[in-house]
Amino acid sequence: MVDADFIELDNLEKVFDVRRKAGFWRREKSEVRAVDGISFTVARGEMVGYIGPNGAGKSTTIKMLTGILTPSGGRLRVAGLDPSRERTKLAQRIGVVFGQRTTLWWDLPLRDSYRLAHRMYRIPDARFAENMERCVELLDLAELLEVPVRQLSLGQRMRGDIAAALLHDPEVLYLDEPTIGLDVVSKAKVREFLRDLNAERGTTVLLTTHDLQDIEQLCKRVMVIDHGRLMYDGALTGLHEVGSGVSERMLVVDLERELPPIDLELVRVVKVEGPRQWLAFPSAASAAPIVAAIAASYPLVDLSVREPDIEAVIAKMYADRGVY
Amino acid sequence: MAETEARGRTLDGIRAYGLIASMWVRSTMAYRASFAMTALGNFAATGFDFVAILMMFSHVDSLGGYSLPEIAFLYGTAGVSFGLSDLVMGSMDRLGRRIRDGTLDTLLVRPAPVLAQVAADRFALRRLGRITQGLLVLGYALLVLDIDWTVVKVLLVPVMLLSGGAIFGAVFVVGAAFQFWAQDASEVQNSFTYGGVTMLVYPPTVFAKDLVRGVTFVIPLAFVNWLPALYVLGRPYPLDVPQWLAFTPPLVAAACMGLAGLAWRAGLRSYRSTGS
Amino acid sequence: MIRLYALVAAGGFRRHATYRVATVAGVFTNTVFGFIVAYTYIALWDQKPHLGGYDQAQALTYVWLGQGMMATVAMLGGGFEDELIERVRSGDIATDLYRPADLQLWWLAGDLGRAAFHFLVRGTMPMMLGALVFDLALPDNPFVWIAFVFSVVLGVVVSFAVRYLVALSSFWLLDGAGVAQIIGLVSLFFSGMLLPLNVFPGVLGELAKVLPWSSLLQIPADVLLGKHTGWGLVGAYAFQLGWAAVLLTVGRLLQSAATRKVVVQGG
Repeated sequence: MVDADFIELDNLEKVFDVRRKAGFWRREKSEVRAVDGISFTVARGEMVGYIGPNGAGKSTTIKMLTGILTPSGGRLRVAGLDPSRERTKLAQRIGVVFGQRTTLWWDLPLRDSYRLAHRMYRIPDARFAENMERCVELLDLAELLEVPVRQLSLGQRMRGDIAAALLHDPEVLYLDEPTIGLDVVSKAKVREFLRDLNAERGTTVLLTTHDLQDIEQLCKRVMVIDHGRLMYDGALTGLHEVGSGVSERMLVVDLERELPPIDLELVRVVKVEGPRQWLAFPSAASAAPIVAAIAASYPLVDLSVREPDIEAVIAKMYADRGVY
Repeated sequence: MAETEARGRTLDGIRAYGLIASMWVRSTMAYRASFAMTALGNFAATGFDFVAILMMFSHVDSLGGYSLPEIAFLYGTAGVSFGLSDLVMGSMDRLGRRIRDGTLDTLLVRPAPVLAQVAADRFALRRLGRITQGLLVLGYALLVLDIDWTVVKVLLVPVMLLSGGAIFGAVFVVGAAFQFWAQDASEVQNSFTYGGVTMLVYPPTVFAKDLVRGVTFVIPLAFVNWLPALYVLGRPYPLDVPQWLAFTPPLVAAACMGLAGLAWRAGLRSYRSTGS
Repeated sequence: MIRLYALVAAGGFRRHATYRVATVAGVFTNTVFGFIVAYTYIALWDQKPHLGGYDQAQALTYVWLGQGMMATVAMLGGGFEDELIERVRSGDIATDLYRPADLQLWWLAGDLGRAAFHFLVRGTMPMMLGALVFDLALPDNPFVWIAFVFSVVLGVVVSFAVRYLVALSSFWLLDGAGVAQIIGLVSLFFSGMLLPLNVFPGVLGELAKVLPWSSLLQIPADVLLGKHTGWGLVGAYAFQLGWAAVLLTVGRLLQSAATRKVVVQGG
């Protein structure tokens, strides 16, 4: 195994048979290509964002990388191992954090979950003590160790989960939506920790997220997946160029009734749906005068401003490339 | 090579089982009073089954030609066997739920066999209640019964309990494996576990021959206690089978566990290739 | 407001109707148990005809009815209470307590919907399968059937009220699943599921008949078998209604105590 091909996917496929209801008992079978021929490599020590809309095939890829699912086709190696065949061996070398499912023990103090990891992963005592100390300090867990997990907040629990995934010194860390539902402070703390982990320990990190800020602050490299295919693989800056429209922000206005698209300087109508209209305007421009102008000449009921997110980047990408 | 690897996996599994079970014990011990109450309640409540039998015998002297102590013997052996498997892997019917809510995945990324982790799920010491209660009834039966003891018969009793536990355990595993395909079908395994133990409490003479054939030749629950216990009691088995079958429960248990292991592997493989 | 609860009930019905595999699995299990118990009753009634005032056909009807009622009145649990216990455990219950709808009525409506589905499918299927093999004593008179259904509804309400108490107990006892299991076994015994209550000897029989669980199976069964008619029927209904009222009231009191506890401790 060469460090440059630490994670290696070659034309990886995952096809599901889906049974759809067709009448009371009858089911129709159809094929869903959740992952449809993806190839990439990740070098040891890289930190990669893996993004895409819901149902794009992100989780399926992660599940194959961790050995939970067996690929239907293609080749896959993580640290030189075939994940689905050598699942338990691989488990010793990877850490996984599922954003919405805790692996911590609900009724027991946080510390007990770490004790279990200590024995389950057969971590040498000295190593365990050292890693514990580090995680406790950097993730700010000292006050929480004796608290039953069910009493922790979402952000505290996520920090606890991240620590649990790292005590055995994994070479790769997979994070599935690590900041979902967290408050701003917790998000910042988690990001800072991951950055340090990658920089100091050289842990390879692969994370899926909906939050563009996660990517901006953590990953030099981004992969975009949709419909099971890799749409983009490269630097984040490049993604911005591809989706240059992302330098626009979005104003969603609800009018009293259905009206023709709003005609206003600086503003570009993206979509009209009944009385609701989506208006794009340059990020640099201030929203206030635009809102005032709309309110002056249109019957405005409600409005909201949306910052650019992953979905917008991807939507824009498609529009520019004319894919699909 | 393959053999040492298999042994290694088994040891790994037992180790992981112990670790997880002890976590569940700690979890319940966090609420000591509630543990004591449920353990005691469990012990008493499982006794209701036997109270119902006592009530039947307050009206009659025999059932299917068997006296109360004889039925107590069947009750005790079936109850202890089932209790053992229930203690060791009684929450395997939760697998379907774990598949549905996705928490099975968290077990698959741990460096331990999944079967061991699933078997240890919700390990509860309160299940000792059923074993204790079964042992008490068995003790009563052994005190009261006038059995013509031989060395073979004496040895057969503990062998029967352990093999019976293993046979029920195999049923639990097969039932869990089935849930990889039908997540909501956890109740089917109750037919064979709880249903089985309900049936084995009564003598085979009570049931239709076809039913007895079914649990002798198809789902070999008769090897849990009927065949060996009737030999100990010196009673003829209602089917025309050779008497040495009474000594085969360990073999049947081993075969059942082997088949259950295959079923489990097929189920897990199917999960990992379909993702359910 | 009534519309809301009707919607919740319909939701409970529909939700359980979607568990198709679970339903088939349940019918299968009830049928297997029906066969096992039927043979033990045949052995018993062979020895002692007219035990408890039933002839053999009535005893067998009782067996299959019991299998049908088991899911309908959620005798071993598995109704709403698992979810409620889980919500208490996870702390989600705190948000429920501040909902504009009444917590008890909300869950009751859902459970009635569930029971209706279970009665229609899991209540009837094993009985039909049993009737293919055994001689059953089913009434010809449609009014008896109507009277029976009414008694089943009351039985479901009593069963709900008990399980609601079980679920609420997890505010204090924490091992809600353990309590639910014990109560499940108790209700199996005192409902007459293991043996009809009129076969229970002496004081135990007298006691079993006045406990709430007799509303779950023994009373509906006796209504179906024509043991309660005229004023006797009114008395049986009154008994079920009385327990329903008492237990639902206790449930309310416990619910407000639980609410206070949540407010004080924050879950």
